[in-house]
Amino acid sequence: MKRVVSLTVNGREVEDIIPDNLLLIDYLRERRGLTGTKQGCDGGECGACTVLVNGRPRLSCVTLAASCAGAEVETVEAQAHGGRLSALQRAFHENLGAQCGFCTPGMIMTAEALLRDEPDPDEDRIREALGGNLCRCTGYVKIIRSVRAAAEELKA
Amino acid sequence: MNVQDKDRARDRSGAWENAGRTVGKPMPLVDGVEKVSGRARYTADLAEDALTGRILRSPVSHGRIVRIDTSAAEALKGVVAVVTGADCAMTYGVIPIAMNEYPMARDKVRYRGEPIAAVAALDAETAARALDLIEVEIEELPAYYIAADSRAPDAVLLHDNKAGNIEREVHHTFGDVAEGFREADLVAEDSFDCAEINHAMMEPHAALAEYDPEWERLTLHSVTQVPFYVHLMLARCLEMDSSRVRVVKPYVGGGFGARTETLNFEIIAALLARKVGGKVMMKLSREESFLTHRGRPNTQVKLKIGMTRDGRITATECEAVMSGGAYAGYGIVTILYAGALLHGLYDIPNIKYDGYRVYTNSPPCGAMRGHGTVDVRHAFESLLDRMARQLGLDPFAVRRANLLEAPLFTANGLMVNSYGLPECLDKVEKASGWAERKGKLPKGRGLGMACSHYVSGAAKPVHWTGEPHAVVAMKLDFDGSVTVLTGASDIGQGSTTIVALAAAEVLGIEMGRIRVVTNDSVITPKDNGSYSSRVTFMVGNAAIEAAKAMRAKLVAAAAKKLEVAPEEIECEGETFFVAGSSQSVLPFHDVAIAALAEEGTINVKGTFSTPIEAQGGKHRGGAVGSTMGFSYGAQVVEVSVDEDTGQIAVEKVWVALDCGYAINPLAVEGQIEGSVWMGMGQGLSEETHYIKGLPAHGNLTDYRFPTIAESPPIDVQIVESIDPLGPFGAKEAGEGALSGFPPALVNAVADAVGVDMNALPLTPDRLIEALTKLRRANKNRRAETREAV
Ligand code: FES
Ligand code: FES
Repeated sequence: MKRVVSLTVNGREVEDIIPDNLLLIDYLRERRGLTGTKQGCDGGECGACTVLVNGRPRLSCVTLAASCAGAEVETVEAQAHGGRLSALQRAFHENLGAQCGFCTPGMIMTAEALLRDEPDPDEDRIREALGGNLCRCTGYVKIIRSVRAAAEELKA
Repeated sequence: MNVQDKDRARDRSGAWENAGRTVGKPMPLVDGVEKVSGRARYTADLAEDALTGRILRSPVSHGRIVRIDTSAAEALKGVVAVVTGADCAMTYGVIPIAMNEYPMARDKVRYRGEPIAAVAALDAETAARALDLIEVEIEELPAYYIAADSRAPDAVLLHDNKAGNIEREVHHTFGDVAEGFREADLVAEDSFDCAEINHAMMEPHAALAEYDPEWERLTLHSVTQVPFYVHLMLARCLEMDSSRVRVVKPYVGGGFGARTETLNFEIIAALLARKVGGKVMMKLSREESFLTHRGRPNTQVKLKIGMTRDGRITATECEAVMSGGAYAGYGIVTILYAGALLHGLYDIPNIKYDGYRVYTNSPPCGAMRGHGTVDVRHAFESLLDRMARQLGLDPFAVRRANLLEAPLFTANGLMVNSYGLPECLDKVEKASGWAERKGKLPKGRGLGMACSHYVSGAAKPVHWTGEPHAVVAMKLDFDGSVTVLTGASDIGQGSTTIVALAAAEVLGIEMGRIRVVTNDSVITPKDNGSYSSRVTFMVGNAAIEAAKAMRAKLVAAAAKKLEVAPEEIECEGETFFVAGSSQSVLPFHDVAIAALAEEGTINVKGTFSTPIEAQGGKHRGGAVGSTMGFSYGAQVVEVSVDEDTGQIAVEKVWVALDCGYAINPLAVEGQIEGSVWMGMGQGLSEETHYIKGLPAHGNLTDYRFPTIAESPPIDVQIVESIDPLGPFGAKEAGEGALSGFPPALVNAVADAVGVDMNALPLTPDRLIEALTKLRRANKNRRAETREAV
C-alpha cells in the first residue's frame, strides 16, 4: 500500500506518495537526497541514523516514513544556518568530536535534542543522553567535551 | 579554536615550545566542516541510479561445491546480471606470495558466509528474491574453528598446498636464550588466550562500481584504506589493463585495519558492473560487514621470562598460535609481527619466538589496529607485572630496569632512533598518583600499568617494487592557490590535515590558501594507503619535500624580481624580502605570478624512501617490524570491580605517548584516546563468537564495544622525543597506546581483587569464575592450615 503523506522535512512542507513499508531513513536518503543521515547497523543498534521527529530524537532506521505524517522531521543538514554551523556542529568540529564523522550526524542530532531540553547538562547527563549513539573512533572523550563546549557557547 | 583547547595546549608545555608557525598547535580537521554538516559523502551516499548488488553466501563452513544453478535467478524480472565463481578465475590477496582467495568461491567453500554468487537487480527486493532462487549444492567437509583442531594429524586440509593447515611457521632466536635463563633469579611462565576481535568501524562496507563498455573502463568508489592495492587487485581479477581502472576513495567511516586489503565485495561489485555494462552499488549489511572480518585472530600465547632479582630481563621465550581463518590475507605478516615486536620496547638480550599461523574455517583474519603485537604485548606486560610482584618490585621500577638507549639497532635488526618511554613512565606515574595511591586503595579498587610501542609504517611495504613509499605532488597556479595532491587515505585519523599543515608550515602560507585533493587514481599520485601508521611519517616527509621544492622556486622568483641572490631572500608569513632590508616586500601572490612567468603553472613533487638500514634484519621475514621509528607509550588504568557481579568499571586512564612530535596535538590526542579506548573494548568485552561457524556476534548489540556510558575519562600526555628522521620529528600516534590497555587492565584487576586473569576479554563470567576459584583455594588453604594446627 502507498499513501499520500504530508510532513515537514527541515522546515519545508512536502507531500509525497509513500509506501507503507518505507523506512524514514530510506525516505530521507533516497527520496529527499538527505544523505547526511547515516546507516551504521541493521536496525536500532547504533544511533547513527538519529533524526529529530517533532523535536525528539528518533532512530530513522526503525521508523516508518508514513508514521511521520503531519510531523516535523529535522536532519543534520538543517542545523547550519546560512552556511554557518550550529553551536553543536562548531563544537564538534573545533574539539575533534568527529574523527571519521560517520557517527557524527546522529550524535549531533541526539545532543541537539538534549540541549534544547537542558541547556546545561553535566557529563553524566550527556553520557546518559548519548548512551544509544555508538562511536568507534573517539573513545567519546572529545564528544563529551564538544557537547559541553556547545552548552558553554549557548550560555554565553 | 575555543578557549578550552588553548588552555589544554598551554598545559602541554612541550608542544608550545616546539610549535612552528602552523604545526604543533591544535588544529581542527580541514575536512571537519563537511563531516559535522552532513555534506561529507561516504560511499553509500553515492548510490544514485545504480543497480543493487547482493551477495549469496555459503551456508556451510567447509565443503566442495558440486553444483550452482543460477538460471531461475537470471530469469527473474528485474535481475540484470548474476555472477559466480566461474566469472573470475583469478585469486587475490594483499601479499604477493600468498594470494589464495577468489572473490567468489570456485571449487570449495572454506567458511560460512563466503561469497558464492552475486546478483545485480533493479531494486533490493528483487535482488534478495534472486538470491533465494540460486540453487547451490555443497558436499560438506569437516570444519575446524580453532587452531588445535585444524592442526590435528587427521584433519582435512583447507588448502591442498598447506600441510597441517599451517599457513606459516616462524622460528626466530636472537641471542643465547638458555644462557639468559641461567642468569635469571626468577623464571616465570604462563599461557594467555586472547579472543578474536573485529574492527566494527561505524560505516558498514560498501562499494560503487561503474563500467563503461564503450571505453572498457572501470571506476570503483569504495570504503577502502588502500585504494592502490584495490586498484591492483581489480586489474588482476578482471584481467584488465590497470590504466583502464580508476579507484576513488570518498569519505570513509573508519577502518582500523578492516580495509587494508582488497575485499571480496569490491571485486564482486566490479564484476557485476562489467557484466551489466553500468553502475552497481554493493552495500553490505552490518552482519555481512562482520562476515567479511579481517580482524585480530584468536591468539594463544605461551610466554616465559627470565629476570634477575633487581628486575633485569635476561631472556624471553614466546610461542604464539593464531587461528587465522580460511584464507591467507595478512596472516604471514601478523605472525611475523607478533615475534618481531617482542623487540624494540625493552632491552632484552635473548629472545626466542615460535609462531604458528593456522587456517580455520572462519572468516579470514587480517590486520587490526596494533597489527600483530597486541596479544603478545598483553601476555608480556601481564607476566612482567606478576614477576615484579613476586620479586617485591614496583611495576614502574621493573620497566625502568630494562630501558633501551637510542639510537640503536635491536637484536633482530630494528632501527630505533628516538625513545621517549622513560618520559612517558615519569608522566603517567606522576599524573596517576601512583606512588601515593598504589596498594592503598580500598578493596575492589585497583591500579595497573603497562607499556607499549608501535611502528610508524613498515620500512619495507608488503608489495615491494622499489619505488618511493610516498609521493606528494603540489601545484601553484595563477590564482595564488596551492593544491596538494596525495593518495594518503584519510579514514578519520586526520591525514589530509597533516598534509595541509606540513605544506603550510614549509611554505609559510595560510591554511586557507591550500586545498588538498586526495585519493582519485586519475588525479593523485600513488600511495600505499593508510595502514601500519605509515602516513604521517612517510607522506608527511614527502609533503615537506614537495613544499621545499616549491619554496625554492618562489624564492628564486623573488630573488630575480628584487635583483638579489636567492640566498639573500627571507620569508615571513606570506611575504618575501631581502634580508636586512624592509624596503621591498613582495606579497605571496606577486611572487607566485613572477614564478609562473618563468615556467607557467608550477608543479613540484616530493618523495619519501626508507634507507636500507631501516628495512630490518637479514633473516627470513626480517622486514616485518622494521620501521623508521617507534612510538612509545605508558599507561595507568584504575578500575573498580564488583565482586558479586564480576563487573569491571574503568574509572580513569592516564596515558602518555611519545609520538616524536605532535604536528597536530588535537588529532594526536584524539588518536591516543581512540586507541586506548579500543584497547579497553578488547580488554573488557569484545569477542567474536561462532556457532558451528555462524557468527553469533554479527550485530552491534552482541558484538559489544563500550558505549559512552561506560567509557572513562582519559588523561592524555604527549611526549615529544623529536625523531631525527620524522617530519618535524614526528612518529606515529594512532596505534601505539592500544596494546598497553589490556595488560594494564589485567594488572589493575589483580591489584583490586587478587586474581590473575589469563583470558581476554575480562567478561563478568570469566571474572566470577576466577574469583570463585580463588575463594575455594583460600578456603582449602585455611582448612589445611587448621588441620596442620
Ligand atoms: S542505523 Fe543503527 S540505529 Fe539506525
Ligand atoms: S567519529 Fe568515527 S565513529 Fe564516531
